[in-house]
Amino acid sequence: MAVVTAPKPSEELISIDKTLDQLNTITLRIARSNPAEGHETTYSEFKVPVKKWTTVLEAILYVKQNLDHAVAVRYSCRQASCGSCGMKINGKPSLACYTKVSELHSNVITVEPMNNFPIIRDLAVDFKQLISNHKKMKPFIIREDSEVTPESKEFIQTPQDVEKYLQFSYCIKCGLCNAACPTMATDTSFIGPQGLAQAYRYVADNRDKGKEDRLKIVDDSHGIWRCHFAGSCSHVCPKGVDPAMAIQLLRGYLLGFQK
Amino acid sequence: MAERLSNREGIKGMANPTRYGIERVAYWLQRLTGLGLLAYLIGHIFETSTIVHGKVAWDKMLEFTQTPQGHIILTLVIGMCVFHTANGIRVMLGHGGIGVGKPGQPEYPYKAASLNYKQRLCIWVSIGLAALAMMYGASVLFGD
Ligand code: HEM
Ligand code: SF4
Ligand code: FES
Repeated sequence: MAVVTAPKPSEELISIDKTLDQLNTITLRIARSNPAEGHETTYSEFKVPVKKWTTVLEAILYVKQNLDHAVAVRYSCRQASCGSCGMKINGKPSLACYTKVSELHSNVITVEPMNNFPIIRDLAVDFKQLISNHKKMKPFIIREDSEVTPESKEFIQTPQDVEKYLQFSYCIKCGLCNAACPTMATDTSFIGPQGLAQAYRYVADNRDKGKEDRLKIVDDSHGIWRCHFAGSCSHVCPKGVDPAMAIQLLRGYLLGFQK
Repeated sequence: MAERLSNREGIKGMANPTRYGIERVAYWLQRLTGLGLLAYLIGHIFETSTIVHGKVAWDKMLEFTQTPQGHIILTLVIGMCVFHTANGIRVMLGHGGIGVGKPGQPEYPYKAASLNYKQRLCIWVSIGLAALAMMYGASVLFGD
């Protein structure tokens, strides 16, 4: 009689499965505050079970679902696309949905609201200034014939033309750059790396005819000249926008070093 | 109150060089050495102006530069001068968009091209040159 034995899963596979499945427990410290009500910041601590792939956002949502539903947090896409979930994770501005607990190499994780933004409550901050500065940069192509009519044709751009601004157009307005910026830390009127990088995104686009307008706006004492090229914005940007590069190229353009 | 509501990091955060890599350290050193040099310049003008109070005052001031404390201060000034100049040239070129990398298609893990090895190398070279100049300066000042 033939005996059929099920193939034994290899040792290696089992061990991978184990590490993937292993439930770890971490301590999640969440900064709680409500400045409008005069409540100072306190820290609530929660024990949260995590796996290898658990993101910080998932850990926070676990707390909301099981332990304390009053935690205020803003999020939407859970995939680093909407720019809602920026916060300070163990001191560094990061997207909660894009940061895995396992990559922090710590059993204690502290989440706090981003700096340089007014706190609404707990982890949710106010984006008014960022959005208004973004709008001031006229974030759209400016030209007389921009409406596509039956007679007009689309504008042809070579791949090289596109590469000049493509990476800057990946900005999701998460504000991490503004939270890391040393100028933003003290200058309440500074446009900030997010806005300045977006100004360059359109200045570098050869379809755009609105450079003069935009350059006038950034050529201000709280504009581009306040950037000291500390690079912290590019250090934290989760989308590879590299705002520090955009700002230096824009300043080079203003000074006549760059075309 | 306003600061708490706006949650700005303030001067403490601006002057904290322990996060965001060597570029932030360079930013901090550039500020510190700039202010240090400014303080030295003012002190230097004050020191040289003692000559209007006659030779005795002038000699007394010169004596101070011959003391160990005077030597330490001058050694620091040498270091500040060299770092501020070398890193200042990097920053000025960077401000003109030179050496900050080329825009392209961002690829995971999205390393910023403006924080490139050339920039980091220039920062380390500035620190190294300042250290060498300080060692040479100290050996001349403290040597006999
Ligand atoms: C060849 C010599 C020098 C070069 C190349 C140079 C370059 C620079 C640059 C590029 C900055 C701007 C840094 C930034 O944007 O963050 C700066 C800032 C500064 N420099 Fe100099 N500098 C030189 C000499 C001096 C001297 C002799 C003094 C002092 C009297 C001085 C005092 C300052 C001060 C106080 C700042 C402001 C610091 C800041 O805002 O971060 N510099 N320097
Ligand atoms: S430049 Fe980067 S860090 Fe700044 S808002 Fe845009 S995506 Fe976020
Ligand atoms: S939830 Fe959309 S970026 Fe994190």
